[in-house]
Amino acid sequence: MIITRKVEFSASHVCRNPALADEENQRLFGMAANPHGHGHNYVLEVSVEGQPHPVTGMVLDLKELKDLLNREIVEPYDHRFLNREVPPFDHVIPTAENIARDIWQRLEPHLRGLGRRLQLVRLYETPDLYVDYLGE
Amino acid sequence: MFRVTRRYQFAASHRLYSPRLSEEENLRVYGKCAYPYGHGHNYRVEVSSLGPADARSGRAVDPALLDRLMAEQVLHPLDHRNLNLEVPAFREVVPTSENLGIEICRRLKRGWSAVFPGEWPKLEKIRIEETPRNIFEIRADEIE
Repeated sequence: MIITRKVEFSASHVCRNPALADEENQRLFGMAANPHGHGHNYVLEVSVEGQPHPVTGMVLDLKELKDLLNREIVEPYDHRFLNREVPPFDHVIPTAENIARDIWQRLEPHLRGLGRRLQLVRLYETPDLYVDYLGE
Repeated sequence: MFRVTRRYQFAASHRLYSPRLSEEENLRVYGKCAYPYGHGHNYRVEVSSLGPADARSGRAVDPALLDRLMAEQVLHPLDHRNLNLEVPAFREVVPTSENLGIEICRRLKRGWSAVFPGEWPKLEKIRIEETPRNIFEIRADEIE
C-alpha cells in the first residue's frame, strides 16, 4: 500500500552551469538561466510504501510524515534562493530533477529509521511540469 | 533515474461512429458521441519520459525540446481540428481516446530520435484526459 502526503514551498533558483559560456547556458536553459533568478510554487508529493499496522491501521501516521516534511524540506527550502541559501545548490544546478533527488536524500534515512520505504518523490515545478525521482 | 512529465492541452472535435456498425448499433455503442455533427473536448495530454540527469544541464529532459516535438507532431496537427475529417489516421479508425492516444504516441515516437538523438531520454507513456473524468494511459512500448 502506498500513502502520499503533499506539501508546498515557494523558492527561487537559477539554472546555469558555471563551467559553460553564457550562450551555452542560454541555449540549455533559456529564460531559466537569468542570473537574477526566478521562482516557482513547488508542490511536493512524497509517497511511502508499507502495510497498515495491525493496531493503528496506518502505514505511517500522516501527521508524522507531515512533521518530517515540514522539518526536513519546507523549513530549509521555503522562501529561499536555492542557489545561494540551500546546499548543495551552491554547486549543484537546482533543476527539478536535482531538487527531487536532494529531497529523496534528505528524507530517505529518516523513513528508513522509521522502518518505512520511501516509494516516490514527485516534484511539480509548475502544474504542467513535474519530475519523479525513481532512485539511482 | 527520473520520470519527467509535461502536461499539454488542445481542443478538438470528433464523432464516434463506426461504418461497420448499423445506425442503431452505433447509437447503442457510442450514445451521444455518435450524433451526426460531432462534438468536442479540451484534451489534456501528459507526456512522460525516462532518463538519467545529464551531467552538464542537471536535467533528464529539456522541456523546450519536448515542447517543440509536441507542437510539431501533435498540437499543430490536432489543435482546433475535426479529428474525423482533418487527421488522416482517423479516416478509417474511430477517434476514441484510446485510438487518439495510440496516434499521439505514434507521432511522438516518429519524431523522437530527430529531437532526442541520444540513448536518453526515452518516451515512457502518455496519458490523455478526454474530460477530467475520462482518462486513458498508453505505454510507448505497447505500440509499434
